[in-house]
Amino acid sequence: MSAILPPAERLWWKHPLDRVEGTWIAIALIWCLTMFAMMVGWHIYGTQNLSTETYKTTPELFTKKSQAMVDKYTVRTETADNIPVVAPPAGADVYLTARLWNFWPILELEKDKTYRLHLTSMDYNHGFSLQPVNINIQVVPGYEHVVKITPNKSGTYSVVCNEYCGINHHTMVSRIYVK
Amino acid sequence: MTSTTYRTCPRSGLQFESQAEKLMIVNAVTAVVALLVGGILAIGVVLTRWPTVHWLAADTFYMVLTAHGIDMLIFWIIFFEIAVLYFCSSTLLRCRLATPKVAWAAFALMLIGAIMNNVAVFQGSSSVMMTSYVPMMAAPTFYLGLILFAVGALIGCFIFFGTLVIAKREKTYQGSVPLVTFGAITAAIIAVFTIASGAIILIPTFLLSVGVISAVDPLVYRTIWWAFGHSSQQINVAAHISIWYAVAAIAFGAKPMSERVSRGAFLLYILFLQLASAHHLLADPGVSTAWKVVNTSYFMYFAVLASMIHGLTIPGAIEVAQRAKGYNNGLFEWLRKAPWGNPVWSGVFISIIGFGFLGGISGVMMGTEQLNMIIHNTIYVPGHFHATVVVGTTLSFMALTYFLIPVLFRREMINPGLAKLQPYLFGFSMYFFCLVMMGAGTLGVSRRHWDMAFNGAPMAYEWPGAAYLLMGLVGIAGISAILGGAIYIYITVGSLLWGKKLSAGNISANFTPIPPTAPTAAAQSYGSAGFAAPGTFVLAMVFLVSFVLYYFINWKYLSQVWGLS
Repeated sequence: MSAILPPAERLWWKHPLDRVEGTWIAIALIWCLTMFAMMVGWHIYGTQNLSTETYKTTPELFTKKSQAMVDKYTVRTETADNIPVVAPPAGADVYLTARLWNFWPILELEKDKTYRLHLTSMDYNHGFSLQPVNINIQVVPGYEHVVKITPNKSGTYSVVCNEYCGINHHTMVSRIYVK
Repeated sequence: MTSTTYRTCPRSGLQFESQAEKLMIVNAVTAVVALLVGGILAIGVVLTRWPTVHWLAADTFYMVLTAHGIDMLIFWIIFFEIAVLYFCSSTLLRCRLATPKVAWAAFALMLIGAIMNNVAVFQGSSSVMMTSYVPMMAAPTFYLGLILFAVGALIGCFIFFGTLVIAKREKTYQGSVPLVTFGAITAAIIAVFTIASGAIILIPTFLLSVGVISAVDPLVYRTIWWAFGHSSQQINVAAHISIWYAVAAIAFGAKPMSERVSRGAFLLYILFLQLASAHHLLADPGVSTAWKVVNTSYFMYFAVLASMIHGLTIPGAIEVAQRAKGYNNGLFEWLRKAPWGNPVWSGVFISIIGFGFLGGISGVMMGTEQLNMIIHNTIYVPGHFHATVVVGTTLSFMALTYFLIPVLFRREMINPGLAKLQPYLFGFSMYFFCLVMMGAGTLGVSRRHWDMAFNGAPMAYEWPGAAYLLMGLVGIAGISAILGGAIYIYITVGSLLWGKKLSAGNISANFTPIPPTAPTAAAQSYGSAGFAAPGTFVLAMVFLVSFVLYYFINWKYLSQVWGLS
């Protein structure tokens, strides 16, 4: 009998298990169930779970809401393109637009405060890659993804686009300031 | 019944039907050509991502990266897999291939599709990456090429199923099909599901590209595309694990420890492996938590369980066979005395270890819903899939090729000294390549990104120095692996062109049925503590400990990032 020949015993499924196999299957199964429980358990006890709150949106609709936020909370502008820096209050709805090839606007948040971050794309798929924290979220056009974020350290963070979006993909970087 | 002939290979005892043999040869040779193209493109990819070299311009880089992904992941692997399917049905069951004319048509469709897609990419307006996420659009021939290729591959799967029916009807074997054929059936079932998913999403996208329909929803596209994109990697897993079983049988005369366990594990693949397309949607909007958790874990990690079972039973079967030959000292004499100079075996062994430790463990990390957030779209992802698809699948296919050169291609291998070295050079370079990519990904470095220095960006981010160092090592390891790949192509193509011709063996107009196998002797008396394969069990425990430690290290890392809810 060999793996490239038909099994010798016609009733091969009645062949007894070797002890080494039985033991390993039991151990592996316990580990698999542990990993499953860990993932479910983190939703109950963990503090890093990606929200699934999502709405269908359009570029016009989203721009209107984010423009209202920018008009209300802009504290200064940065870079040659005068990208507004907005400092919304804790708990506020914060709108971040990804588009070819920048993020708009720049955010200024407070440490240990929670914000409702709304993400969408105006055109292609983009990536929200927060560095150096290394949190990565997909940004899909037509969908408004609301993620509750709570920065836990102050500093200057970068948002890198990490979904390929065309020739100037590598210039698509922005900032989030945390005070 | 069509008239055909059967050749019994004097070197292996395998019986090749002439039509099936020709089809295996053309499919395998085309696969190697795709590997050659993909390998040349890999030079451009790694030399651009190596920060101090940063070779290609951005537009060329993205074009080359798109072509590299498609030529390697789709064309190289699937052409080779069609050859493997024909081998596992026609050759292992000593049966004529069903509808050889249709099989030639399927090959022609696949070839036309592959060329059409490559032409579209190299024309430069289809640099959309392998994933081609809408609404970013490629040329219509990009999608049409993939669709034609997929139709050809689907026909190939049905020819495989048809051949199984013929073997059963003409009674070329008795009882159940061999385990390796069973694994190939698993691969073919998964392939049908995969290709159907590909058709469901690529046909509308093709219609969108020619203006027949006005939109394809980006999220629907991602969901269905990954049922094709991820599942196609599951075909590979089933195929290369079948090859591992085959090589264990060929190189050691090993028999499966228990048919029930190994086939049960393949059955788990059929039932649960497809759910893993959810791995790619964990960081997406619009998909519920319950959906993510259930699917990303293959229900409850049942496919991981299956892989852990194969990871034990294959080396375990080899250990039992080696101990029976007298290599019975200590825990590892059976392994030390393995034929390390035979590239068929060394390639498979390096593949098993790398697939398990590097590909398997990292895959579970990325596929854990919350841990995915610290990995998604970083270069950790290509680090993972080069461990599964290159170390796992490609290296297994290379090892199998060394067996097939004298057996199927009837040539003496040129330069056996170099062939002996090749799996080590290629395999260990890839191990290192994967590790440094995962390291850079842990630091956040993006995949599919032309310039980590963000030249021209007003708010450039500065990656830590370690990220630059690791990406430099990615370049060095990548070039070293490409060299290993080049040696494989040199040996394979060189043997076909200049290798000494070997005798074909007896040719007959009729097949010789597989004689019934003698029942096995009573339970093994080797091993220790009632364990037939104690050495393998120790290796498995080393694997488990690494797995558990790395798993919780990642949770620790996740617990320190910003709160998300």
